[in-house]
Amino acid sequence: MGKFTEDDLKKELETKEYEYGFYTDIESDTFPVGLNEEIVRAISLKKEEPEWMTDWRLEAFRAWQQMEEPEWANVTYKKPDFQNISYYSAPNKKAKYDSLDEVDPELLETFNKLGISLDEQKKLAGVAVDIVMDSVSVATTFKSTLAKKGIIFCSISEAIKEHPELVKKYMGSVVPQKDNFYAALNSAVFSDGSFCYIPKGVRCPMELSTYFRINQAGTGQFERTLVIADEGSYVSYLEGCTAPMRDENQLHAAVVELIALDDAEIKYSTVQNWYPGGKDGKGGVFNFVTKRGICEKNAKISWTQVETGSAVTWKYPSCVLKGDNSIGEFYSIAVTNNYQQADTGTKMIHLGKNTRSTIISKGISAGKSQNSYRGLVKVSPRAENARNFSQCDSLLMGNNCGAHTFPYIEASNKTAKIEHEATTSKIGEDQIFYCNQRGIDTEKAIALIVNGFSKEVLNKLPMEFAVEAQKLLEISLEGSVG
Amino acid sequence: MSLKDKFISSFLAFEDYLDDDSPIHDLRNKAINNFELKGFPSKKEEAWKYTSLKSLLKADLSLFPKQENGVDFKEVKKYFLHDIDTYKIVFVDGVYSSFLSSTTHEGMDVCLLSAALSKDKYKSVVETYFNKIAKEESMTSLNTAFAKEGAYIFIPKHKEVEKPVEILNFYTGSEVSLMLQPRNLIVVGENAHIQIIERHQSLSENAVLTNSVTEIFAEQRAMVDYYKIQNDLPEASLIDNTYIKQERDSVCSIHTFSFGGKLTRNNLNFYQYGEHCNSILKGITILEGKQHVDHNTLVHHIAPNCESHQDYKGIYDENSIGVFNGKILVEKDAQKLNAFQQNNNILISDKATINSKPQLEIFADDVRCSHGCTIGQLDDEALFYLRSRGIGQKEAQALLMYAFANNVLESVKIPELKKRINKLIARKIGVSLGFDL
Repeated sequence: MGKFTEDDLKKELETKEYEYGFYTDIESDTFPVGLNEEIVRAISLKKEEPEWMTDWRLEAFRAWQQMEEPEWANVTYKKPDFQNISYYSAPNKKAKYDSLDEVDPELLETFNKLGISLDEQKKLAGVAVDIVMDSVSVATTFKSTLAKKGIIFCSISEAIKEHPELVKKYMGSVVPQKDNFYAALNSAVFSDGSFCYIPKGVRCPMELSTYFRINQAGTGQFERTLVIADEGSYVSYLEGCTAPMRDENQLHAAVVELIALDDAEIKYSTVQNWYPGGKDGKGGVFNFVTKRGICEKNAKISWTQVETGSAVTWKYPSCVLKGDNSIGEFYSIAVTNNYQQADTGTKMIHLGKNTRSTIISKGISAGKSQNSYRGLVKVSPRAENARNFSQCDSLLMGNNCGAHTFPYIEASNKTAKIEHEATTSKIGEDQIFYCNQRGIDTEKAIALIVNGFSKEVLNKLPMEFAVEAQKLLEISLEGSVG
Repeated sequence: MSLKDKFISSFLAFEDYLDDDSPIHDLRNKAINNFELKGFPSKKEEAWKYTSLKSLLKADLSLFPKQENGVDFKEVKKYFLHDIDTYKIVFVDGVYSSFLSSTTHEGMDVCLLSAALSKDKYKSVVETYFNKIAKEESMTSLNTAFAKEGAYIFIPKHKEVEKPVEILNFYTGSEVSLMLQPRNLIVVGENAHIQIIERHQSLSENAVLTNSVTEIFAEQRAMVDYYKIQNDLPEASLIDNTYIKQERDSVCSIHTFSFGGKLTRNNLNFYQYGEHCNSILKGITILEGKQHVDHNTLVHHIAPNCESHQDYKGIYDENSIGVFNGKILVEKDAQKLNAFQQNNNILISDKATINSKPQLEIFADDVRCSHGCTIGQLDDEALFYLRSRGIGQKEAQALLMYAFANNVLESVKIPELKKRINKLIARKIGVSLGFDL
């Protein structure tokens, strides 16, 4: 002990293998590769969707055909061949289970390896989990408890069938079908996802949570999440991702829409740990996600994300602060290692009066990775007294990685108050020396500093999720945390 | 015929008229080809996202004045820093005015680029430096293609230039829609010191567009102090492209004071090739009406142990638009670096807009880089404090604005110039204050 230096940490980071890379052998019901109107129709048919949904998908698909893949992000990768992906894959044994005992033991084993024993979570944490494994919900727990309060928490395909009026009204209202290339693709082919509706004045008694995994080789994951918090309600939503080890790049293009009506509050937390690719930069998941929320009067949306995985990340959870006095928050930790590339950040669009937003972004780069923060703060001419505070800090480990900051600040109202600050640094020798001097060895000192660096964001995660987040963060930064 | 085609065809005529043996003949051809390829920048380009040249390029611009236009000294006296002695290089409508200038060849060269390009004794300098750091951007290439006149300054080793050099460009406006391409080459030798003041000034209300390129080479331990005064008439527009190459231990500072003009675009590029360089970029922007000023800065840190400091203050009134796009690029080898960037803005009017994009790109780990950007208003409490002590609303506001801009003003090293800028600010804010800052 005590000899653990930053170099050792670096080495350890580089050699640390992806622990969660395993593959569950469940027979899947997979579509042939390729994408055309027939496939879109077939997905819709398979999901037994009503006609309006099929039309909606087709509209998106036609728009997508006209679009070009964006190239402005600060990432380089081989573009996926969209005709070489299977757009639907569902675990074969898709009977609904009443209890966990009935669930395929192999599947349970998968979750055990991930450290999210449903049993344990049910008992200890009281988390209702809607697990999306390769696109279809296989287990939903605590549904009845939620139903008593009038909360709807189900898969999106179920919602399309059972609550079409809600889906029709809100789907695409925040992220329109034609919003961007990947959102259009998702709108056309989304296979499943989660749907959540909190009725007026209801405070959701537990953290809602879903798990996404990419399991079948060569299948894209296109899930769609829609969270609606009606007037005066509150919900905290957790989303976690891990994917098994694969050599070819897998595509993940999700869309998340949040709607916070008057006085509502949504807290959306993500832990993303898709397979980041090997040490040599081979394989890994492409994570191209569109996340956006809209705040009505006095509403609040808070995004928290811990990004440790994916070979390429392209993700900007945003808030449209439409109503007066609405609040948007964004807390993010992005860790990149080896050949990972992350281009992530947020957009805060201030439209209403007295709107406030906070952005705290922490980037940690190691190995040969590139980590970018890209954010927009926009104050429209009518947004009186808008207030924004942004802080982006980067920590570099080693000499082969890069940290980039691209903040866009656009203010057109004289009462706007905007502050932006960014720093880049490495772990200071003086900081380590200070700790050493007080009897804290170097390993602990580094842990302490990295912990302190990301604490502002980690603290924002819900209690139940914190353990999980810690665990996933450890994959990238083991030996330094705790 | 589009403006671009017009320029390309006038290049052929221009080449014919020039001597083909000119050492920069190839450069010109390469540059026009590059311009032909890239065309005028559009808003689709990331670097021009917030600034459109469309309205300026609508006019049928011509590149050369048809006749020689003279001006009276009396008419332009006020634009000179007349209370101290200076070297002066003066151009009227892009043509050198020997009558207004005061150049030198004693121990150094403060003269004309046209002379440097045509005379043999400057050949080696031109070959070593001309167009060596200017980037292949379309506006710069356009300038390179048509470059024939501008300031040429060569300061040899260990020479401290005893008085400032003024580079003045006057536009008589006797011809409509002129687009001028001044080109300056400044070489500051080892351990040499120089102070330069640059100004573009139109004398009548006819629109003019200036596309200026300045290359500055600061050799080891050189010190360059450069001031850009942009207080032109509301019809004049300026695209300024400045490229600075710094060697070991050199210190370069550029102050940009943008008060006037219709559209001003400042492309300021610093390249630090040697260790222990220091780059200082400061600016005060005070706008009103429909003015548009775009500061686009790049500090490219290539060598280790360097420093850079950026500080831009902006005050925006009425319908004005301010843009700040600052980029710090740190290469892998540029370790032990200190880079700071600050951009503070005040919006006075509801219709004014500020777009700010402070950008960091860092590939080295042992660096300290930070940037800060704020947009806000004058502090109500401070205003109240001043007013409660009998200072009028307008004066109180002006006082606070002065204080806001003072950081930048403080570092102006020529006292007479500082005074002058002080007056300009007072006039711009519309008050007269009986004190100097």
